[in-house]
Amino acid sequence: MEWSEEAILLSARRHGEAGAVATLFARGKGVHAGMVPGGASRAMRGVLQPGNLVLATWRARLSEQLGSFHLDPLRDVAGALLSDAARLSALSSACALVEAALPEREAHPALWDATRALLDALPSESWATVYVHWELALLRELGFGLDLSACAATGVTEELCWVSPKSGRAVSRQAGEPWRTKLLPLPAFLLAGGEGRAEDLLAGLALTGYFLDRHVMAAHGLSLPAARSRLVDRLRP
Amino acid sequence: MAGPEIERMIQLLAKLPGLGPRSARRAALFLVKRRDSLLDPLSRALADAAATVKTCSVCGNYDSTDPCAICADPKRDASQICVVEDVSGLWAMERTGLFRGRYHVLGGVLSALDGIGPEDLNIPALLARARDGQVSEVILATGATVDGQTTAHYIADRLKDCPVSVSGLAHGVPVGGELDYLDDGTIGAALRARRPV
Repeated sequence: MEWSEEAILLSARRHGEAGAVATLFARGKGVHAGMVPGGASRAMRGVLQPGNLVLATWRARLSEQLGSFHLDPLRDVAGALLSDAARLSALSSACALVEAALPEREAHPALWDATRALLDALPSESWATVYVHWELALLRELGFGLDLSACAATGVTEELCWVSPKSGRAVSRQAGEPWRTKLLPLPAFLLAGGEGRAEDLLAGLALTGYFLDRHVMAAHGLSLPAARSRLVDRLRP
Repeated sequence: MAGPEIERMIQLLAKLPGLGPRSARRAALFLVKRRDSLLDPLSRALADAAATVKTCSVCGNYDSTDPCAICADPKRDASQICVVEDVSGLWAMERTGLFRGRYHVLGGVLSALDGIGPEDLNIPALLARARDGQVSEVILATGATVDGQTTAHYIADRLKDCPVSVSGLAHGVPVGGELDYLDDGTIGAALRARRPV
């Protein structure tokens, strides 16, 4: 068995004295773990950082075996963000969420494309906006996508400013007013596009965080990654 | 093949880093053959270390005294604390002979994968030291990895309320390094941290 594909490194754990077990996210293979012989070496330590892009070649005698990876570095994403605490938290959070939420060896090409786009956007100014959209894409990929197209109660498509925590559907200002304390705020940038301001980004993360926690992490007996909490703290004014 | 004492010695030696069962057998044979010059002194040294080495209550270093020799040395600059992940980092800094301040050993780094959170690290003691009025600079010397730098950012945040300046080690081209052989991340870090010459 052998395949070779561009992949995003999600995590690496030292195995024995010289090796490591790496978990990657490949477009056509999904989340996939494998042994990296020599993964604890000085040369490989820089490559095996979460978020880095690699060309992965996986080999095993049988498909159900752990197998081994040969990794060629393609882009050092993590290294460029080490000095930026907020961006580093976003990168760590995205990697941790993908690893925790996606089943192993199941292709999710749409989410891979979104994650690749997130990695490209992280050095830019609009990285936080892209990150919130990425979490929406993660929810969509897992089957818990939010329906922000029309009001769940009245069907109107204007002045949508809440999301029902029960159904994940948008609610208009008028229809949601009596239940405003129970509804989740829907930041305008998620519908209108453009960049979100700090408070909108926090509202966006609170929205996606609620559904990720309820539908994805709790189902696995986990809580949201610590890196995500640190990201939220960083974005607080 | 060998008596139970030698087998036990081989089993224990095989647990050391860099040694497997085969090399442990070689080491055991080597030791047994040199009983007077190596085996006896080594066993005494190990017994002495086991009896006396403890963790420094101030910085987390290993030494036979508490506080350790570095913390107790009045010639060391008490206004600077270098924060390292573990004792091997402290030894690496000491090998350079360039740093004359004191240390603080965290005992690891934040790691979601290994379930290591701030409560598992020796951070409260660092904050207490940073607030005691003697310290003016904290140098964060954690590794240039995602976990290492996440830990550094976390500590820098926690130190914001303390009356100290916080700095981190520079990342870049190592001594003897040629650009052609360096990875993209190191070259990028070096370029971002460029300085006037």
